[in-house]
Amino acid sequence: MHELPVTQAILKIALKHANEANAKRIENIHIVMGELSTNVDESVQFYWDIIAKDTLAEGAKLHFRRVPAELQCMACFEKYHPDGDELLCPKCGSVGAKIIAGEEFYVEAIDID
Amino acid sequence: MTERISIVENILSANDRLAEENHARINAAGVFSINLMASPGAGKTSLIEQTLPLLKDKMRIAVVDGDIATSLDADRAAAAGAQVSIQVNTGGECHLDAVMLHGALNQLDLTRFDLLMVENVGNLVCPAEFRLGTHKSVLIASVPEGADKPYKYPGMYRGVDALIINKIDLLPYVNFDMDYFRHGVEVLNPGVITFPLSCRTGDGMDAWINWLIKNTKR
Repeated sequence: MHELPVTQAILKIALKHANEANAKRIENIHIVMGELSTNVDESVQFYWDIIAKDTLAEGAKLHFRRVPAELQCMACFEKYHPDGDELLCPKCGSVGAKIIAGEEFYVEAIDID
Repeated sequence: MTERISIVENILSANDRLAEENHARINAAGVFSINLMASPGAGKTSLIEQTLPLLKDKMRIAVVDGDIATSLDADRAAAAGAQVSIQVNTGGECHLDAVMLHGALNQLDLTRFDLLMVENVGNLVCPAEFRLGTHKSVLIASVPEGADKPYKYPGMYRGVDALIINKIDLLPYVNFDMDYFRHGVEVLNPGVITFPLSCRTGDGMDAWINWLIKNTKR
């Protein structure tokens, strides 16, 4: 997996915004992650403790907010949460759904001092 | 005193921006480009090896090969007739990203080519997350991997523009439920163009070659 480049990308975004705000340090970083997006999690914190050393973000805590997947059937427009392996529309059984939510992967906010 | 700053910035946005830059550059040169992805051993390099001799009199082809280490694949592509083959060693990374393709493009005079084939690192998870800027993403599935792969790697199957099912010559010998496989594909990626073929026997290569020709002479 690619936790390291992902962690570096998060650090870069956080430092940019912290510098713009003349922060002394970054305390928390809030990340939104969709159920269908990159499968990284607690291990990012492990990398963080190494790569954020000696930056404004040293010691910052990462918080992940998970967004459940939501699909919309393109035949009957039913909105549903996919159930495990089965992605078919539970109402009409059609294939072909649009993903409405679950692909998010972004830094939502940082808490600075 | 703690203060919250609202950001909302996509974590992979830097990669996406560079992918767009790559795309503009490839497009401006009139080159058609594909990103070949698959698990290790599905036949990425074999497909390139079989494709090159069938196309090399019709168009000029460059191959960019991503691998964690070694230049074995780029050597095979060169031997099969690629005008240029460039090896990108990812140094342990599990995928190519837009930065790596950008570096490879710097070594290429794109105006000398019609088709660019990028062979990604063998992996069914990570390459799906990192756009490169190619025109089409092509996934190679192979019969011995089993029919459950669309269900286990939905991110990969959802995002591709064409699907190759390689090693169909092994269908009589392995337990591969084609209906189950195709159902999974259809749910995730309705109507995606599919090429069942065998790199070993050459069966089914025509349709794949014609698709490349049609797209390259845009």
